[in-house]
Amino acid sequence: MKQHLEIKTRSFLPVKTMIVVAGVLAVIVVTTSGFKDKYSFTNTDAIYDDINKDSIESVEAFMQVYKVLMSPRCMNCHPAGDHPLQGDDSRIHTMNVRRGKLGTGVYALKCSNCHQPTNVPGLHTPPGNPKWHLPPADMKMVFQGKTPHQLALQIMDYKQNGHKNKKQLLEHARDTLVKAGWNMGEGYTPPPLSYDAFLTAWDTWINKGAYAPKP
Amino acid sequence: MISLNVNQKTYQVDADPNTPLLWIIRDVIGLTGTKYGCGVAQCGACVVHMNGEAVRSCVTRVSRAVGKKVVTIEGLSKNNNHPLQLAWQEIDVPQCGYCHSGQLMSAAVLLRENHNPTDKDIDDAMAGNICRCGTYLRIRKAIHLAAEMQRKGIKNG
Repeated sequence: MKQHLEIKTRSFLPVKTMIVVAGVLAVIVVTTSGFKDKYSFTNTDAIYDDINKDSIESVEAFMQVYKVLMSPRCMNCHPAGDHPLQGDDSRIHTMNVRRGKLGTGVYALKCSNCHQPTNVPGLHTPPGNPKWHLPPADMKMVFQGKTPHQLALQIMDYKQNGHKNKKQLLEHARDTLVKAGWNMGEGYTPPPLSYDAFLTAWDTWINKGAYAPKP
Repeated sequence: MISLNVNQKTYQVDADPNTPLLWIIRDVIGLTGTKYGCGVAQCGACVVHMNGEAVRSCVTRVSRAVGKKVVTIEGLSKNNNHPLQLAWQEIDVPQCGYCHSGQLMSAAVLLRENHNPTDKDIDDAMAGNICRCGTYLRIRKAIHLAAEMQRKGIKNG
């Protein structure tokens, strides 16, 4: 009798365990598939803090960031082609200025030949910054024409973002050349968010998990 | 006082650090070969070399030139015998001539970095130098000739 009970117990346990495991798996599958419908997780940085992740807050913040990145003040130096853009209508830069290998122009038309360390006084004169340049030819970091989904993925991709990790991306928004977009001199429409609001949105997007909006 | 090195000569100038370099070169130092065109870095008439780069002196504050080597058209060569100057004479490039010191200074950077430029290279380098007389085709021809002279090591004087 004792032997019979032991046999019965052994045969019952696997079935119970399997039911529990199946239940847990079902919950995981339903939950993750729900996220996949809305967001694609883009985190390539292994040190992200799981506790702070919030896909909804992250994506909402990125949509604010996206408005800024696609504004002429940012996008004009992240063109799809090899010429920088110019003006609020993002036309090709006068003089057919070229990107060059390093993103600093070519021959007699290098960026810093006209773009001084500071703005030049006057309406629509060349804006200035000591680091004025485009992304280099081997990593163009194109904004022009990118959807929110594509741009978020690109920015979080170490192989496409200038080899920046999470910390460096957070710092990049504080770079003087990025900040210059809000102070380009007379006649230049600033990005649609204030610089401080942009920083808040940028940090939120990344710190909450750097999720990309759905395609 | 601001100390400037222009055409390998040191000048002490009494000027506001924000004064455009062009004003200093022309009105203070007295080198008038460099021309004022637009004043907003759009035409290229005022191009000079600063540490070898073709900067537009009308928007370059004199303070930026401190500690750097400035070269104007007067200093491009010792005897007006830079291959570009020789080619310019050979082809008889200028019409009114106003833009040509800037044209030459821009072309000099091109030839330094590219000894055998194609038409496209020339366009890429020279599109920021405007010539109201429309001497562009002769400019292009002269740059090709100067490149050839440079490759052959031709220099007069």
